[in-house]
Amino acid sequence: MTQRLLPISIFAALMAVIPLIPGMPPFWIVLLNNIGLAALVAMGLVLLTGVGGLTSFGQAAFCGFGAYTTAVLSTAYGMSPWLTLPLSLLVSGGAAVFLGLVTVRLSGHYLPLGTIAWGIGLFYLFSKLEFLGRNDGITGIPPLSIGTLKMLDAGTIYYAIWIAVLICALLSMNLLDSRTGRAIRALRRGHIAAEAFGVQTPRAKLLVFIYAAVLAGLSGWLYAHFQRAANPTPFGAHAGIEYLFIAVVGGAGYVWGAVLGAGIVVILKEILQSYLPLLFRGEGQLETIVFGILLVLLLQLAPTGVWPWLMSRLPFKPARKRPDTSLTLPARDRPAAAPGALLKIDNARKQFGGVIAVNNVSFDVQPREIVALIGPNGAGKSTTFNLITGVLTATGGTISMQGRNIDNAPPQEVVKLGIARTFQHVKLVPDMSVLENVAIGAHLRGHAGAISSMLRLDRADEAKLLAEAARQIERVGLIDQIDQPAGSLSLGQQRIVEIARALCVDPTLLLLDEPAAGLRHMEKQRLAALLRQLRDGGMSVLLVEHDMGFVMDLADRIVVLDFGTKIAEGTPDAIKTNPDVIKAYLGAVA
Amino acid sequence: MNTTIMLFLVQDGITNGAIYALLGLALVLVFAVTRVILIPQGEFVTFGALTYATLSAGNMPGTAQLAVAMGVVAFGLDLFGGRRSLHLRLVARAFAINILLPVAIYALTYWFAGKNTPIAVNIALSLLIVAAIGLFLYRLVFQPLAHTSVLVLLIASVGAHLALQGLGLVFFGAEGQRGPTISDAAFMVGPLRFTGQSIAVYAITIAFIVGLWLFFGLTLYGKALRATAVNRLGARLVGIRTTLSGQIAFLLASVIGALSGILIVPITTLYYDTGFLIGLKGFIAAIIGGLVSYPLTAVAALVVGTVEAFSSFYASNFKEVIVFTLILPVLVLRSLAAPEVEEEKD
Repeated sequence: MTQRLLPISIFAALMAVIPLIPGMPPFWIVLLNNIGLAALVAMGLVLLTGVGGLTSFGQAAFCGFGAYTTAVLSTAYGMSPWLTLPLSLLVSGGAAVFLGLVTVRLSGHYLPLGTIAWGIGLFYLFSKLEFLGRNDGITGIPPLSIGTLKMLDAGTIYYAIWIAVLICALLSMNLLDSRTGRAIRALRRGHIAAEAFGVQTPRAKLLVFIYAAVLAGLSGWLYAHFQRAANPTPFGAHAGIEYLFIAVVGGAGYVWGAVLGAGIVVILKEILQSYLPLLFRGEGQLETIVFGILLVLLLQLAPTGVWPWLMSRLPFKPARKRPDTSLTLPARDRPAAAPGALLKIDNARKQFGGVIAVNNVSFDVQPREIVALIGPNGAGKSTTFNLITGVLTATGGTISMQGRNIDNAPPQEVVKLGIARTFQHVKLVPDMSVLENVAIGAHLRGHAGAISSMLRLDRADEAKLLAEAARQIERVGLIDQIDQPAGSLSLGQQRIVEIARALCVDPTLLLLDEPAAGLRHMEKQRLAALLRQLRDGGMSVLLVEHDMGFVMDLADRIVVLDFGTKIAEGTPDAIKTNPDVIKAYLGAVA
Repeated sequence: MNTTIMLFLVQDGITNGAIYALLGLALVLVFAVTRVILIPQGEFVTFGALTYATLSAGNMPGTAQLAVAMGVVAFGLDLFGGRRSLHLRLVARAFAINILLPVAIYALTYWFAGKNTPIAVNIALSLLIVAAIGLFLYRLVFQPLAHTSVLVLLIASVGAHLALQGLGLVFFGAEGQRGPTISDAAFMVGPLRFTGQSIAVYAITIAFIVGLWLFFGLTLYGKALRATAVNRLGARLVGIRTTLSGQIAFLLASVIGALSGILIVPITTLYYDTGFLIGLKGFIAAIIGGLVSYPLTAVAALVVGTVEAFSSFYASNFKEVIVFTLILPVLVLRSLAAPEVEEEKD
């Protein structure tokens, strides 16, 4: 039994014993069933919202799809509940595909607003459609059964619910701890960094959206056979809000936080519902008032939730396994080396409205060459980088890599040609370890998909990716920090982590945006030595840098930009004495 | 189809749409200044409407007590927040805003309630009460979270909505209420009958649209509010009091919400939870307007109102479904047109 599975097995054994305790009130079992059902939905939200950063208030509607699918098929058509299970999941997943295609491309707050709107729309649809029984819903749903065992009472379906919870928790954890999982976890910090390493961010968003919907559909299916009835009320807007509340209470980034949050909220609600009317005049939904106030207080006082707080109080810390660096990844497929320039920029132009950020700039980078792009602030250096890597589309001109035209290519295609980059403003995922951050760089060199990750069939692939990441971390000299969260490192070290991430691409051209900013003198020297070593190994480097000592010492050739226009190009010695360059930097002929 | 019916439906749609436009404007205003997506806007509507209806029926509305209670908590928060430098002036200011103001409103309401007060007084009292609630709502819920992400603010907003809606049930009960009309005048234009009430709805909506447009476009305060929305830190560095901006935005939003409620409660029966749906329709308009554009929001609100009127005539069962799925094509268009902007978020 591995260390990973031990706590889960203990939890599973504990849950298995609970209904067998003599004198256990049946009501508690019902409560536990409700906790399990809510935990399933919240688990999907953990992945969607806590990890992926996509907020949905509409998960209850997906429960509704699952519940109504089985309700209709098992009552009107007499299908076995086990046959309706895949159909329920398919319907909720299918609805997610449709709604996801519409909404996940939306940034920021449009997605949650959209989910509120369709959550309410679907609720009204459920309550108006004739074949779904309108407001009364559908009753007389057959119970789940295995052979002659009919799961009629709460104590038997309890096992079905909690087995589902455990399996889904395992699948979710496996998914997060994989190549696809890292891509999902990178979404929350914006898409540019992830896309620069080949992550198809819309696809990753859609994937996690569908996953969350399928979990909700499963919960709905179980709910229908537990209650043996389905009506619109539990699938309305307020239920959707409650699921999000559960995820936030538990700790929105943690799979087990969903289970814990479900436990806290369901029990709290039960207590509030039974005791509040005694405390106050017995009127109306007093629990929603307390509920709303608690939600606000929680956000103000403990925005990360209960689970991480609990974990940080554990007396022992789980040790992390170091990747086995003897494993190697096959090198990236490279096209046959074409003669001539590696990267060729010809009359590249970028206009933002009336501002010409890059004005018909031309230069090239030869194989095994370090080229520096310098110029005062606002000269268009970073914009040029963004044009090369496909983050921005050029207004005019052509950019080609080894003879292949790459203007207008999306970042995911550019990286496939062996162009890897770092960012001027560090774009790491602060709560992921250095190792995991760097492994995102090797995204395109792995092949395991979401399903194989969930089933843990990706381990060989994954071990190689992590080995490569560890090797690059060692190469840049950060092996001691490998398990630390990237956000805990100094800014200079974070820049070095970005370089390691870029090296994981196995690039032919490395684009570094101010790599030496924030580094100390010795660190700069080590960085320069590393870059020289990379060049001697056959890589080319194009860097933007303000530290003139560093640039003059390192670069083979320098291109100078000023106000978007190239004003000089040449060896460091020629640039140092170029009157135009001196004028651009010092304002007048010095 | 009958032209008269069509005209009736369009008229009905425009009257409803004008209300949605008011709410949409308030939502845009609050979002633009504080980044809060104001789900409790609907509660401002019901609180305003039902407070007005309760006062008109000669009873004391529970919302007046709520304003006092919220003020007391806000006073506590202010004292706690400023505990390291408690000057007499600071305490006096906090006391005046958080205690004296709501208590004065409560006393006024108590004084007038039960007497045969003119409609104008009831309207003024309702607006005052809801304005105070709006002000304290910002102080209690959103000011402590002002530095967090849009998402956290949104979840908090939902929490505030739940609490206020629950309180609405306690204050006003589960039965619906109607209020007296502002004006009983009516005249005919062709087959259409225009009531003083609907004219008031149009006039007030137009006045607010123009007013907000002028306020944000031309006044220094309006520009300061917009600056707060773009960059809180930057706004503070140039001397804009971001807290004050938030308070002004919430004050305006609560007054607009309450006014919308007072305008419609003579036309339709309102329940304690009706505001949520009405507010959400304002939302759809605001989303169509991209949460930034006032004129586009107003136009979109008229479209939402008209679609609602037509669908309640032809497919009344699916009215809400149709109105809420209206948002989907809009989102599709937005997602196709949206520029890929990198957001620094957490």
